Amino acid sequence: MKLTLHVWRQKSTSQKGAFETHVMDSVSPDMSFLEMLDELNQALITNGKEPVAFDHDCREGICGSCGVVINGRPHGPQRATTACQLHMRSYQDGQEIWVEPWRASAFPVVKDLMVDRTSFDRIIQSGGFISVRTGSAPDANEIPVPKVDADKAFDAAACIGCGACVAACPNASAMLFTAAKVSHMGLLPQGQPEREQRVLSMVSTMDEEGFGSCTNHKECQEACPKEISIDYISRMNRDYVCASKNKG
Amino acid sequence: MNQAQSFPRSSIGKKFLMAITGLMLLGFVLGHMIGNLKAFQGAEKFDAYALFLKEVGKPVLGKGDFLWMARLGLLAAVGIHIFCAVSLTLQNRKARPVGYKKTAREASTYASRTMLWGGIILALYVIYHILHLTTGHAHHDFGSSVYGNMVAGFKQWPVSLAYVIAQIALGMHLFHGFWSAFRTLGANNPNRDKKLRAIAVFLAVAITAGYLSIPVSVMAGIIQ
Repeated sequence: MKLTLHVWRQKSTSQKGAFETHVMDSVSPDMSFLEMLDELNQALITNGKEPVAFDHDCREGICGSCGVVINGRPHGPQRATTACQLHMRSYQDGQEIWVEPWRASAFPVVKDLMVDRTSFDRIIQSGGFISVRTGSAPDANEIPVPKVDADKAFDAAACIGCGACVAACPNASAMLFTAAKVSHMGLLPQGQPEREQRVLSMVSTMDEEGFGSCTNHKECQEACPKEISIDYISRMNRDYVCASKNKG
Repeated sequence: MNQAQSFPRSSIGKKFLMAITGLMLLGFVLGHMIGNLKAFQGAEKFDAYALFLKEVGKPVLGKGDFLWMARLGLLAAVGIHIFCAVSLTLQNRKARPVGYKKTAREASTYASRTMLWGGIILALYVIYHILHLTTGHAHHDFGSSVYGNMVAGFKQWPVSLAYVIAQIALGMHLFHGFWSAFRTLGANNPNRDKKLRAIAVFLAVAITAGYLSIPVSVMAGIIQ
């Protein structure tokens, strides 16, 4: 496959970036998108140029490290797929591909396609924990959890924190991420003691980090590699209003 | 700051206020549309209805008292709705200072993406509409008959056109706004989602068609 690649290059957070065009002559359709970027970097290094910086780790679609916006779509065109699990067969010979980093003021570009997602970590730190007794581990299944709740909590817990929801949202909102994190603990009995403080703290941190607000476009749900539903946002709103009322 | 103070400052709090005021305004828009359909019953019934609105609450309330209370309530709702919209829009703009070169819209609708513009059209329209048929400042031949003012106004095609554009904007604003409000309020769940979408479509179409029927009928000579 022959591809024309327009890749965002930016030396550092403070410097201005621009697109750089590379023509790749022999891309295998069996390569993953990241392997294609590896090939590009190999060629750049061979020619004595600076390779393109991009985030990646497990390359199995479960770590949440990778993520670039490909032709306007976070993680590319395939549903429920991270960029590392996207294969070049999803593209056609001769196609032009634009590769951009996540765009949000809360995700400053570190270099090229790498963004700083520590704003997500700070949201987690503000409420993503539960109180546990110290000492020996409790018996497994000691606390009964209704199957429906366990399933819902697990669906929310599938969030890998990649940031595709923020990247896809026209408002750069982190509501889907925050809602998933609030819900996966709030749905379980172990998460009840901090339930109200958790949603208040996490939403407040989310706002402070400079994310946008939700206008129910549903773009986040479409882009999420773990297919997390916007129903969790509705659930978080309800939790937030109830907690505000009780703590008001 | 306690939570009662931080609630209206948070993004969810502002969205909550927008949803509540939006639903209040929807209630007004629905009632106003049903009332306006009396235009099809002729001048006498329509003017009698207009007089009734001024005299609601008699003899406890004086003439026009109820109307002014309703107007102040609506003004407050509109004010809060616009304030939150502006505040959230600025927050959203700030959240993405550098845009994408390529954008692909997969799930959002034309109505959802144009909520801001629809809102601006509606705000301008409301000002025009009040100057046109309430105070008469923007009317070419304003008299004492509410029915007469309406028919004379809509006989001019640019006036009717402005009303038609505004009603289409209203329909789209309601289509996304109604469904979105229930999501924001947390009153949505997977079982209700389809029903809320269906109600949103019904309300948007019914209200737009109801309002549009009046200028169109005047232009077509059905209402004279």
